[in-house]
Amino acid sequence: MLTYSFLQHYWCFLVSLLGALLVFLLFVQGANSIIFSLGQNDNERRLLINSTGRKWEFTFTTLVTFGGAFFASFPLFYSTSFGGAYWLWMLILFTFVLQAVSYEFQNKIGNLLGPRTFQCFLVINGIFGPLLLGGAVATFFEGSNFIVEKGNLINADAITPIISRWANASHGLDALLNPWVLVFGLAVMFLARTLGILYVINNVNDENIRSRGRVRLVGTAIPFVILFVSYLVHLLLKDGYAWKPENGEIFIEPNKYLHNMVDMWYITVVMLVGIVLVLWGIVTEILRDSKFCSSHSSLFKFAGIWPAGVGTVLTVLSLLLMSAWNHTAYYPSTADLQSSLTLENSCSSYFTLHTMFYVSLLIPLVLAYICYAWRKIDSKPIDQEEIANDEHAY
Amino acid sequence: MENLLLNIDAGTIDWSRAQFALTAIYHWLFVPLTLGLAIIMGIAETIYYRKKDVFWKHTAQFWQKLFGINFAMGVATGIILEFEFGTNWSNYSWFVGDIFGAPLAIEGIVAFFMESTFVAVMFFGWKKVSAGFHLASTWLTGLGATISAWWILVANAWMQYPVGCEFNPDTMRNEMVSFSEVALSPFAVSKFCHTVTSAWIIGGIFCVGVCCWYLLKKQHERMAVESMKIGAAVGLVAALLAGATGHKSGMDVARVQPMKLAAMEALYDGGTEQGLKLIEGIEVPYALSIMATNDPQGFVPGINDILNGYTTPDGRVEPSADEKIERGKKAISALAAYRQAKANGEDATAHLRVLKENMKYFGYGYMRDKSQLVPPVLVNFWAFRVMVGVGCLLILFFAVVLATLYHWPKFLFAKRDITKLPAWHYWAAIMLVPLSYLGSECGWLVAEFGRQPWTIQDMLPTWAAVSDLQSSSVIITFFLFLILFTTMLAVEISILFKQIKKGPKS
Repeated sequence: MLTYSFLQHYWCFLVSLLGALLVFLLFVQGANSIIFSLGQNDNERRLLINSTGRKWEFTFTTLVTFGGAFFASFPLFYSTSFGGAYWLWMLILFTFVLQAVSYEFQNKIGNLLGPRTFQCFLVINGIFGPLLLGGAVATFFEGSNFIVEKGNLINADAITPIISRWANASHGLDALLNPWVLVFGLAVMFLARTLGILYVINNVNDENIRSRGRVRLVGTAIPFVILFVSYLVHLLLKDGYAWKPENGEIFIEPNKYLHNMVDMWYITVVMLVGIVLVLWGIVTEILRDSKFCSSHSSLFKFAGIWPAGVGTVLTVLSLLLMSAWNHTAYYPSTADLQSSLTLENSCSSYFTLHTMFYVSLLIPLVLAYICYAWRKIDSKPIDQEEIANDEHAY
Repeated sequence: MENLLLNIDAGTIDWSRAQFALTAIYHWLFVPLTLGLAIIMGIAETIYYRKKDVFWKHTAQFWQKLFGINFAMGVATGIILEFEFGTNWSNYSWFVGDIFGAPLAIEGIVAFFMESTFVAVMFFGWKKVSAGFHLASTWLTGLGATISAWWILVANAWMQYPVGCEFNPDTMRNEMVSFSEVALSPFAVSKFCHTVTSAWIIGGIFCVGVCCWYLLKKQHERMAVESMKIGAAVGLVAALLAGATGHKSGMDVARVQPMKLAAMEALYDGGTEQGLKLIEGIEVPYALSIMATNDPQGFVPGINDILNGYTTPDGRVEPSADEKIERGKKAISALAAYRQAKANGEDATAHLRVLKENMKYFGYGYMRDKSQLVPPVLVNFWAFRVMVGVGCLLILFFAVVLATLYHWPKFLFAKRDITKLPAWHYWAAIMLVPLSYLGSECGWLVAEFGRQPWTIQDMLPTWAAVSDLQSSSVIITFFLFLILFTTMLAVEISILFKQIKKGPKS
């Protein structure tokens, strides 16, 4: 049962799941990006920061594990994308480093830079983290400008002995010149912001912030929906890079992603369910105070963050699987078609994937204790009183 | 072969090394304190759990607060390290990613989530979870950090002593063939034990240093004395264990990285019955032979012996560097011929045989000259001495602190009250904190400078492991990280000082 092909697809699924969870957890960044808008005074901003501050480690850890799992299962991607799109990844990392220290440092006595500086760091990470991560994910569909030649390591006539090379000098920043990469990046940024507002509405016990959040939600969700739908339509119409199992050749297939959606209809169903859940979560919170809500209370039983969060995970997971399964090159090269990365040509050996399969069986246990701890910590929404009495409050 | 390396910008290699070293050095400022304080605060909270004395709750919370300030910087620098394997060492990432990636992934799945989940409960759960669950969370935070150290040190140990893998000429990379050999390599076990115990020393000396500050200022004396008992005990046990595991590490290095040992000792011409130089001109007879082989008569090769080849007393012949380079070039040529033959549909068996015969020296094929095989001797020599010197000093220091605290032996310490010592005693203890950090960093300098020029011992030198980047890109990111990390370090130290000044709840 554990064939090489199964393990390649299994690890693609796990990495995609981590990516999907990461996008959901970007609600931390999304909420941080608007702390100056949602929080009108120092107390309100502190409340917001303490709300997201209890979750930031999850986002951070998921990002690190996403990187580690990608490295372990598809090392050629790690080598090619990180080494090639150097500046894109470095900017992403830079913003996350700013975030990591900002919570702990901002309200401590002795903070040499002042709380406002660290709040600005959170805003920078909140805007550019999701935007650039979204841009990086968009290259799975739009392609990147790289060349891979494994023989370079021993080929005396090669231009360079390095096996993967970026074909231009911009090292990843060129991706941001592609308007569709920007569209997807902005969609992820607005999605993170939408999820951030939904999270805050559920997690912060402050009516001013909640009502302000519901107003901002409309202005955030509309651009998200427009950008996301535009990209989805573009994706359905665009050519994709396909892989021939018989000889490993990569070729352009018109409407490849549309074909993937048809061929893998079960993933398409999951994606549609995900999209509906995201929309349901958004609409739930927008209409929360309306007459419609009071007359149809069963529809509004859950806080918006839960359907929207589950929906985000399902949608992103489906999109990432669409980019790689069904003989698709998940990291297309626009410089050299045959350099494109597929599950088959970029993965680890059977032995490594097989060994790691058993390690991955621990994941349900990890998820279980995370959920348990999360429930304990979030047993009641955070409020001003709790912050005032908490020795460790940020 | 010469052409193969001409197109790599030497600046890219040097700056990539500098950037990785910068990140690792900064990371190692924060990680040992995280690992060490995890033990201190865990013990303090356990005493609170058993005695229900609120004094111990405040003590535990105080150390947790300092832990939290330090923790964030460890996390921030750690993420950069992980991704730098890809961003700056892309050839490396493919060449050994099949083996190296697994420990990083396991670290994320098993350790990081445990650490990040329970650290949140530890900080914010005092009023939300039961005392038992909170105590478990505190220990699980430390356990998560320690498991994380295990897997990253497995990865590092594999780079120093690559085992459990085979080169696959079709995929052009090394592939794992035994997970247990990688995960339970004796080199990894020694490295983990030595590194983690050295981190506990940092936790111990930091705790004692902070307590001495309070005794100097005549503040929070009960907390200072009680915490000092924990810190000094943890420190002494850890320092003794670090000494023992250090000896085992020394023997491992002598066995698999003789050039590193020779550089640490500035030993050019080796032999049997080798003494250990304390400093140039002062030597402890037989000590190096004992350190390397557990035998006063043991043979230790010097740098010249390794470069020119040598025969051990038991008759084992080690080829010269020139011969290894020659065989490495043969391996690379055979690999090129193998791939060409396969591409042409020809029989490639003969090339494969030559490759396998010479694969052990594959990395030497990237050498232009045998002088490239010698690591920087001066740095290794002094870094090793600082590490060992500080370690020995700390054993003595912790023993004296415990003797003073428990008034034993009576004829020496019966009348000494730890709260009423002359001020210079406290200052000396406080000054030992930065000195201990220096010793700890020097340990890593020895580990990493000593294995130069290899990213993976005998397999891949640094110049064949880098990414295809302009040096200007790496220079810019180097200085960006330097400014960022230094600024954040300054902020962290300032906050730590203020927090210490503020002290625990009375």
